[in-house]
Amino acid sequence: MDFAGALSPDNLRFILEGFYVTLKVAFISIVLSFVLGCLVGTIRYAKIPILAPVLGVIVEILRNLPLLLIIFFTRFALPDIGIKLDVVTSAIVALTLFEGAIISEIVRSGLNSVNKGQIEASRSSGLGYTQTLWHIVMPQGLRRMVPPLVSQFIALLKDTSLAVVISLPELMNHSKIVIAQSYDFVIPVLMVVALLYFSVNYALSLIARRLEAKFV
Amino acid sequence: MPDFSILTENFDIYLHGFRNTILASVIALLGSFAIGTVIAVFRITPIRPLRWAGAMYVEFIRNIPLLLVVFVFFYGLPSLGITLSGFVCGTLGLMIYTASFIAEAIRAGIMSVPKGQLEAAQASGLTYVQAMRYVVLPQAIKIVIPPLSNQSLNLIKNSSILGVFAGLDLMYFGDQIASRTYVTFDTYIFVALFYLVLTLPLSYMARQLERKLAKSG
Repeated sequence: MDFAGALSPDNLRFILEGFYVTLKVAFISIVLSFVLGCLVGTIRYAKIPILAPVLGVIVEILRNLPLLLIIFFTRFALPDIGIKLDVVTSAIVALTLFEGAIISEIVRSGLNSVNKGQIEASRSSGLGYTQTLWHIVMPQGLRRMVPPLVSQFIALLKDTSLAVVISLPELMNHSKIVIAQSYDFVIPVLMVVALLYFSVNYALSLIARRLEAKFV
Repeated sequence: MPDFSILTENFDIYLHGFRNTILASVIALLGSFAIGTVIAVFRITPIRPLRWAGAMYVEFIRNIPLLLVVFVFFYGLPSLGITLSGFVCGTLGLMIYTASFIAEAIRAGIMSVPKGQLEAAQASGLTYVQAMRYVVLPQAIKIVIPPLSNQSLNLIKNSSILGVFAGLDLMYFGDQIASRTYVTFDTYIFVALFYLVLTLPLSYMARQLERKLAKSG
């Protein structure tokens, strides 16, 4: 094991550059999948005709496929039907679709957990359906969604590592390149990579726990 | 309409990968249940060092990517002179990784049974093991089953990680077929169908079971 060689300033900078890409792709995908998940989850909760059942089938399929396959698909299969995405975009699209499907289920069950009596009371006091959804159901449902949402964001951050298969220049990809320099570098590099993932995710999970204690 | 000749001409290859995906999933699942249960017991024992070790395991493994765990086996072990195949590394990685989630689910289930239950059982003359076996665990099982079936499904999907390490699973062979026939889109559609054949019925069953358990209160 050669810690000094493995973590030379050049190697360390290269690893951190990878980590920056991991965080960037994760952040963009978290925002997009949250928006998509809220939209789809609400449409399915409100049972909007045609749209809700079609989205239901798509969500069910995406949720039950390996993310790795979806990443391969957006990068290598879509060009077959004329859609060419660069590496970063295909990683973001794949992550957004897969995690968006899971988040939509979290949103839907969060909304469903709101007591039906609340809706009836709101409707009989004269609020419309959209008003009821916005002022009564959403605020209560959203609170309950927070802990599972944060867990899902942690999962997403870890899942960005799978984009190594399409050579996204993220943390795992860069660490693999450093590892290839020498056998003595493998364990030191893997330790540093683990530490990087761990510190961000552990911080997020502490936040999740704090929110859980507050909301549930 | 996908080109079905891709499926028919490569059916044996698909099936071979499909079988290995199931094999890796079953081995990893059994292993992760065993390890997960031990870790969960560690986390609720009165012995402090064991509790500490269990918590370390769960917190650390849960917060790093599965890919990194497999990297340790695939790249880390050879640097120490031990070389294992992609299939073995992938399956071991899945086992170690999923065990942390299973341990957490089991622990949460046991903790959700009110302490008074254990105390009452022991007060009526049952030993600790008997009280666990007849009073606490039957109640905990109901709470544990939904997250466990969820983790099992995740494990099956995650087994595709073997494909990254030439692990001879469905993902790997799909990749092989795609790079030989150049019909990437259709090849992956069929790979997806094979995965769905496995995951859709299981997720349906998991939901039914969950509903039944919720009803039985």
